[in-house]
Order: sequence, then C-alpha cells, then structure tokens
Amino acid sequence: MKYCVGIDLGSTTTKAVVVDLDGLVLGRGITNSRSNYDVACQVALAEALNSTRFGRIAGELEREGAGSAERTQLLAALEQGFREQQYRAQLALLDAALRRAVSERGEAHQAAGPDAEKLAASDALGAAVQSILERMTREAGELFAPGSKRKSDFFRDLAGSRYLAIAEGLAKKKKLPFDALAGFYDKAILEVEAEPADPTAFGRHALAAARTLVASQGAHAESFRQAIERAVESPLEEAASVGTGYGRARLPFPRERIRSEILCHGLGAHAMFPGTRTVLDIGGQDTKAIQVDDKGIVTSFQMNDRCAAGCGRYLGYIADEMNLGLHELGPMACESKRAVRINSTCTVFAGAELRERLSLGEKREDILAGLHRAIVLRAMSLLARSGGVKSEFTFTGGVAKNPAAVDALKGLVKENYGEVALNISPDSIYTGALGAALFAQRLAHGEDQSGLDEAVLAKPKKAKAGSGA
Amino acid sequence: MSTTTLKPTPPAACKDRSQERQKEMIAAHFQRLARAPETGQKNVYTFVPGNLTELLLAFDALPVLPEINALQSAMRGKSREYIALAEKLGHSEDVCSYVKCDVGMLRSGNVGPTGERLPRPDLLLLSYTGCFTFMKWFEILRQEYGTPTVMLHVPYQGGGKPTIEMRDYVVAQLKKKVIPALEKATGKQYDEDRLKELLARSAKAEEDLTWVLSTAKHKPSPIDAYFGAVYYVGPIFSSFRGTQDAVDYYRMLREEVAERLEKGLGPVTPDGQATKERYRLVVEGPPNWTSFREFWQMFASEGAVVVNSTYTKVGGVYDDGFRHDPDHPLETLANYCLGCYTNLDLPTRVDKLVGYVQDYEADGLLINSVKSCDSFSAGQLAILRAVEERTGKPGGFIESDLVDPRFFSAANIKNRVESFLQMIEQKRGGGA
Repeated sequence: MKYCVGIDLGSTTTKAVVVDLDGLVLGRGITNSRSNYDVACQVALAEALNSTRFGRIAGELEREGAGSAERTQLLAALEQGFREQQYRAQLALLDAALRRAVSERGEAHQAAGPDAEKLAASDALGAAVQSILERMTREAGELFAPGSKRKSDFFRDLAGSRYLAIAEGLAKKKKLPFDALAGFYDKAILEVEAEPADPTAFGRHALAAARTLVASQGAHAESFRQAIERAVESPLEEAASVGTGYGRARLPFPRERIRSEILCHGLGAHAMFPGTRTVLDIGGQDTKAIQVDDKGIVTSFQMNDRCAAGCGRYLGYIADEMNLGLHELGPMACESKRAVRINSTCTVFAGAELRERLSLGEKREDILAGLHRAIVLRAMSLLARSGGVKSEFTFTGGVAKNPAAVDALKGLVKENYGEVALNISPDSIYTGALGAALFAQRLAHGEDQSGLDEAVLAKPKKAKAGSGA
Repeated sequence: MSTTTLKPTPPAACKDRSQERQKEMIAAHFQRLARAPETGQKNVYTFVPGNLTELLLAFDALPVLPEINALQSAMRGKSREYIALAEKLGHSEDVCSYVKCDVGMLRSGNVGPTGERLPRPDLLLLSYTGCFTFMKWFEILRQEYGTPTVMLHVPYQGGGKPTIEMRDYVVAQLKKKVIPALEKATGKQYDEDRLKELLARSAKAEEDLTWVLSTAKHKPSPIDAYFGAVYYVGPIFSSFRGTQDAVDYYRMLREEVAERLEKGLGPVTPDGQATKERYRLVVEGPPNWTSFREFWQMFASEGAVVVNSTYTKVGGVYDDGFRHDPDHPLETLANYCLGCYTNLDLPTRVDKLVGYVQDYEADGLLINSVKSCDSFSAGQLAILRAVEERTGKPGGFIESDLVDPRFFSAANIKNRVESFLQMIEQKRGGGA
C-alpha cells in the first residue's frame, strides 16, 4: 500500500501524518524534537506508521468478525502491550548508555591517578545506577497497566521522571551526590535519543504483545493472531514526502520537498475544517496568524518577530516557575473567577510579575488566568495585523490544547469580531504535518510541479527523501 | 515554472564594472576629505533625503553624509561596537541605530568607510524632510563639534502635491539662510552660473539612472531594483550628483545594463549571475545593512528579483518625471527636496506602490519594516493592505533594522521570505 507523509519539525515536538493517495489520514505520530533532527523525523514517522498499522490491524480484525467493542478493547490492549515492549526496548538502550557513562567517568578518575576514595565513590555510583535501572524495569509493567495515567508519551519524560525520582531517594539514603546521578542520565538520554528508529521494531513489539494477548481470546485466538500478522507484514510504501516546520531547513529532505509551515498550517486547517478563513497557530516559539481562501490557499500572514514573547514556551516557563506540569496550567487557570491583569508578555518579566503577584497574595489561578489572557492578547494583535477574523476561525498548535488559552481567545475574538465559529480539533497539533502530507499527496499525483524544479543556489542534499521510512 | 540558475559561486562577491568604478570614486572622495585639514577644503555634513549636493559643490564644499557612513560601517561589520559605545554614552536601545552608529564612529576616532579619518564639519546643513531624528542627530553633532548649524525646513506634502507656496517658502530659506550660511562657512560667494552647470550635469545623470531603473519592466529584469540598485543610487544621492564623475558613472552603468538587457541576462548578484527569475517583487522600506549579502541571498537563492523599490527613491523621486532644471536653480532644488520619498503622504506612497506593482508586473509587495526608522515604518501595514486590495497581489511583511545586528534574526526573516514566495507560488498554481 502506498502512502504520503508530511513531517512538521517544530521547536518542541516533531509530528508526522501519513495519508493515503486520496488524502485520507491513516496515522499520526509525535515525538520530542531532540538535538538530532534526523532521528526526530524518523521517530515521528515510525510512530505515524505504527498508528497506520494499528489502523490496519483494526481492519483485519473486523474482517475476522470481531465486533466493535471487542476491537476497541483488543486494540487498546494491544497498543498498551506494544508501548510497554517499546519502553522496555528503550530501557535496554538506556541501560547500555548509562553503563558507558559510568565507566567513562571511572576511566577519567583512573587516568587522574590512583585515588582509592574516588574509585570507591565511582563504584558506588555505578551500583546505584544499576539498581535504579533494575527498579525501572520492574516497574515498567505497572506504568503501562490498564487504567494507568502517563504524564507524557515521550520516553525522555517517562524514563526521566522515574529515574530522577528514584535517584533522589537513593542519593539521600546512601549519601551519594544526586547531581552525578542526574548527570549520567542527561548524558545517556542523548545517546538513546540519537539512536535511529528500528523499522522492524513494530513487527517485533506488536507480535510479542499479540502473543500474550491472544492467549486470552479463546476460540478466536488463532484467527486474531493471523489478522495481526497480516497487518504487520503487509508492506507500506512511501509515494511522496514533504517536510515543514521551524527546523525544515535541517530536515532530511531535498529542498523541493520542503514547504513553509505557514502554507502547511493553512492547508491542514482547511482540510480539517473546510470553512476556515482564518487560522491562528500558537506553537512553542512562534505565533502565526494566517488568512486562507476557500481552497486553503494562504492569502496573507503575520508572525511574531524579533521576540517570541507570548508563545508556547512562555507557558512552559511559567509552569516551571510555579512547579506545575504544563498540562496543569490551563485547568488551574480555568478555576479563576477574577483574572489578574498581567502586562508583560516578555517571558522573563512575566516570571517577575508572577512572583510579585504571588507575594501580594493573589491566587495562583487568578494570576494564571491573567497570563493566559496576556499571550492571547499578543496573538490578537497579530490576527489584526494579518487582516482580522473574517468568518470561520481555526485555532491550532500546542497551545490550542490549553483550555484557558481557548477561553481567553473565545472571549477576545467575540469582543473584537463578534460571533464567529471557532474550530479546535483534538488533533490540532498535527495541523502543519497534515498540510505537509497533503502537499506530498499532490506531489505524488504530479499536481504540484513546483517541487520538480531544480534548486536555485543550494547544493543537493545527500539525505534521501523520507529516509525515516 | 521556470527556475533560476546561478553559475558557479565565486568566493568573493561578484561585482559589475560600474561598481568598481563607484568604489574608486568613493575612495577619491574620502581621500579629499581626509586631506581637507591640509588642503583647507571645506566640508558640510548633511543628510540624504532632500540633499542639496549641487549647492554645496557650487561652494566647493565636500558633502559628508552621516547615514551613509553608518550604513557603510554596518557593511564593514563595525556597527555593533559603535552602537555599543553609543549606548554606553547614554543613548537608549530604541534610538535610531544610524545615530548611534555615527556617534560610536565619531567617538572611535571618526574613521570613515575607506579607513581614512573624516574631518570636523565646517557646517551642519539640515535639510529637514520630516525626519525628526535627523534634527536631534545634528543637535548631538553640534554639541560635539560646536559647529554652526543651518536648517532648511521642507514642508510635508500632506496634500499629496507640493504647492507653489511650499516651493517659495523653501526658496526663500535657501536665499536668506542656507546660502548665507554656506558663504560664511566656505568664505566663497554664491555663484549661480556654477550651480546651473552642476544642475545640468545632475539632469544628465538622473536621466540615465531613471532609464536603468525602468529596465526592470523587462522580463527577465536585467537589474535587481533593491539590492542591486542601492549601489546604483549611491553616487546620485550622496556626494556626486552634479559632478562629471556622476555623469560618467551613470553612462557606464546604462551601457552595462543595456548590454545585459540585450543579452536577456538577469541581475548580477554577489553570488553569481542570475539567469532566470521566478518571482518579481516590489519592496518597500530600507534594507538591512548588517547582513546585506545574506539578506540578498535569501531572495537570489529563490530566484526572486526585486523589480522596483521605494528605498531607491529615498534621496529623491525621478520616476514621475522630475529632473533638476538648470534654468530655475533654486526652485528646482526646492522641488527636489519637497518630492523626496519620506516627505510623501501615505496615499501618495500607496499610489506609487500600486503603480510599481502594476507597471512592473510584480507578483507581490514585500515590506521590510525597520525598527530604527519611523519615517518609513509608520503606516506600513495600512499601506500593505491598501496595495493588496488594489492590485490583488499578495503582500508580505518582514521586520529587521538598519544597522543594529541584534535586530536581524536571519532564521525568522528567511522563514517569512520563503513563506511569502511559496504563497505567491501557491496562488499562481491555483492551490498546488
């Protein structure tokens, strides 16, 4: 089966969307953008293909006569098993990387001269790291047990929060330097994240998960196992790929396969909500106000400039300042009855303003509501500059997931432009990648000839298109 | 869609013969300035918009243009340290970066763009064409040097056209204030016949420059009317208008461009000869000087050629037929000052830009809004909307600064330029 893929390499996350030759979405994948962009793209694509294959498994199960509820339950269990397998495989990589980090430190100490005290300390740290890893491996099942809640789906966050929590306890108990233990993780996780995605991993993990799963399915076990096998083994062939996003110049794509994120967000939003005429995208480090026509073609746009104040990172910083998770900010702000007026959208000044307000005894939720309003006010200015809100309006980007930002935006749009339909898709974070995938689909059909132009000044890039497949 | 292909990239910037010639002219000018303390030749500091070069030359005075020095400092990579020094002296981050660059250069020994020391001014001549900062700038220089100052007040063209009263008001000031100040500073008598000779040469050079700029109507355009043309307007807006040097330079430039036109060649960019054009743009606003080559590359590498720009009208506007008229020397100087681009009201600027987009068959208008210059930037978004509406062509908006490198975010600007060009492409292709 042929597919087209769009990859959106953002400052915080990298997203991939896989569509079929008719533009129908088959799968979506997301990962944290790491220091290695190539790998981030590969991982996002691998995840999108995994989700495509889960879709195919669902289809195969249906053919085998599994009912809707049964399918949902089976798929959920399968995915959970798959995620656990995947997590365990990455833990093994982390283990190896940590061992290397520990032994490198030991070698460095040895090179500095014989010092029995330091060597003993080094051994103690090595033993501590091993016991942390063992405990993490033991707990892996629990992390993915039915009904468990994970704060993130990225290995870096999942493993990091466990590692650091266990390390902290251990450091206190055994009087070991926590900084050294944390340092090992920081070094090792970079190695794990630079590890290229393994294209055979899905088959391996899914089949392993399927084996434990189908054993409980009684009479259907064999036919379900075969269905899963068929879905795993049916080939997926990339027809075209397009890259976009902040890091697009570094994507492993030839330049004619690269589209501006502005065009991709416009087209993606149009595909999700065809009536859209205005798109607001608030991402990690930029805010874009885009006007599109009835075909999703961008007619005008404005972006924040000179300074990224009031973007997603601002909320990340505030979350850190308040010692909260990023996803906790919005719900807490929604509890506010009286938003505090915050003037500064400068991330650093807002932090200062926040501390001052707290010291004055203002409630956290009221301050947070004010902060959300402040970033949306900045977005409103960009919207006005791009031509305002004409009719149907779509909000995209990571910040669109934040209910307080959405509330503030709804209020301000109504105040400034009257009643306007406001769309927010649960998949809004994939808007840019979807647009890119649809550009790829056009390339596959030969509709977009501009991509066939030879480059003007740039030397051809070595990497092949869609090397993440 | 056609592609732009540039021939193999040479390591050093590609230059036209005319550009080499201009470099020699500039070197000679700065040498004259450096030797002025010995030769006794007088010099007058003044600004580009609405400059009175012929009048200064009629008194044998050498013009010094601080904003040109500032942009040259930026192109030589010196503006960062000069601005830092000016800020240390108490100038805020928000002050025009030309001013700070000039103040920093002054305090660093007043070494000009060619590496030679600039003389102290014998007179500060402010031709006030709407830039309030220019006035403050000369106040700073007056304080620094204790030099006599004379101000020519040029009324704003709020109604879109200069009136006879405005012209007479400027002429009266020339007679009563500016000429006496020049006589006093140089010790020479005003010689109208001399001025007329200079003005006749100005008109010749202006004719050739206007012809060169109008060649961008051809497809492909043989010139880049922004990045390339900032060099073309150098001599005419700085110290050379009225000289035989300028007449010769513009004749040479004209021949050079005529040759490219005949051969169907595109502009010469620092990275090679562009042979095909993918996008034709009109640009409003001054360029960024600190990353000038990189900025140009963002366009050249995409096959984007600028076919007309307003910045190349900043010293004076010729495309509506104005030429210096030797038969009415003071009146023509007055009309020149009144007509410079930053002295035009917003509706006139919109009309001009609409005309540029239409007459030069441009694909869109791009505005580079610079932090330093409110004379340019105020009202630019309104201009953008109006031009979009009247031409049906897309508009793009980028932000940078003149000579403060801290306000040139290459990644952000490139992102926008590319998005703008792809937007044009998408519109042309009907959605592909």
